[in-house]
Amino acid sequence: MSATVVTITSGKGGVGKTTATANVAAALAAEGHKVVCIDADIGLRNLDVILGLENRIVYDLVDVIEGRCRLRQAMIRDKRLPTLHLIPAAQTRDKSAVSPSDMVRLCNELRHEADWILLDSPAGIERGFRNAIAPADIVLVITNPEISAVRDADRIIGLIEAEEKGPARLVVNRLKPEMVRRGDMLAIEDVVELLAVDLIGVVPDDEQVVVSANRGLPIVLDGKSRAGQAFRNIARRLQGETVPFLDLESGAGFFERLSRFLRSGGN
Amino acid sequence: MPDWLNRLLGRKPDSAVQAKERLQLVLVHDRTDLSPAKLAELKDEIIEAISRHIEIDPQAVQIEISQEGREQRLIADIPLRPRRRRGR
Ligand SMILES: Nc1ncnc2c1ncn2[C@@H]1O[C@H](COP(=O)(O)OP(=O)(O)O)[C@@H](O)[C@H]1O
Ligand SMILES: [Mg+2]
Repeated sequence: MSATVVTITSGKGGVGKTTATANVAAALAAEGHKVVCIDADIGLRNLDVILGLENRIVYDLVDVIEGRCRLRQAMIRDKRLPTLHLIPAAQTRDKSAVSPSDMVRLCNELRHEADWILLDSPAGIERGFRNAIAPADIVLVITNPEISAVRDADRIIGLIEAEEKGPARLVVNRLKPEMVRRGDMLAIEDVVELLAVDLIGVVPDDEQVVVSANRGLPIVLDGKSRAGQAFRNIARRLQGETVPFLDLESGAGFFERLSRFLRSGGN
Repeated sequence: MPDWLNRLLGRKPDSAVQAKERLQLVLVHDRTDLSPAKLAELKDEIIEAISRHIEIDPQAVQIEISQEGREQRLIADIPLRPRRRRGR
């Protein structure tokens, strides 16, 4: 076994990194892959509650790195998805407790034990971000179709390139197709054109994401949810499958298609 | 609403169109760390350097950053003045 390390990061905070990490991890585990998620957002632990594993924490990432426990002891196994594991972030420490080389060492040790290692990164461009991308084989950048999130995503994509961890792959989260149709939200094509990176997922804005977070049950386990479907598709694309994007994802409304048609045909 | 229809009806462009246009400009400068003012300064210096060697029309010089994927390129278009007979 030699795991692929996937880091999920963003420029702007609150765009959906933790939600994406939990759900892509659960989707991979539901397919039978052995997955270890690491919450690298030290001091702002959250992946545990999104996965519903907060009551089972004994040791955390910093305990492993500082040698207070063995790696295995800090890995919490999910009872619903037995191949899913979490190494939680330390809550009472800060990002300086961990260095990029610590993360590389930890992931190298884990590589033999898993198919996938998913790293939930803090937002921003500082130490926490560098820790999270240091061991990455693949970096996913999450953004929302909003002006400030896209701008910050561009910065992060540039930094990932500079660290020779590129090209990053893009996830556009919280798309509202009706707003795109009205012309009040950047369409997927616009975001991809602006950032000039490959798209690996488009996740609609979905109230069920909040509900599933409340319950600590990843939304990918809900067969009916559109957001869940979108996260399952990301998991498949990570494995190299070609999966068409959901229909809601195109965002091209009637007028847009009409104008495109007129532009190409007319003049 | 598509842009042409908005223009036809004399309305403001869609906010998404505005966002895209604004991002296009802001990203160029974020990526290069080259502000419009610095670019203008660079242009003046290029004109000055080239004019020392060959006659050009400073008004017609165009300098811009072009994008190809995430790659950026500084493109300078510097029309040369037709050679005139000296000592007029
Ligand atoms: N696709 C979505 N639809 C609706 N709400 C979402 C979606 N993705 C994320 N959210 C909500 O956005 C907030 C921030 O998400 P989170 O994953 O914690 O972001 P980050 O880890 O980037 O800070 C949460 O309240 C989450 O429930
Ligand atoms: Mg988070």
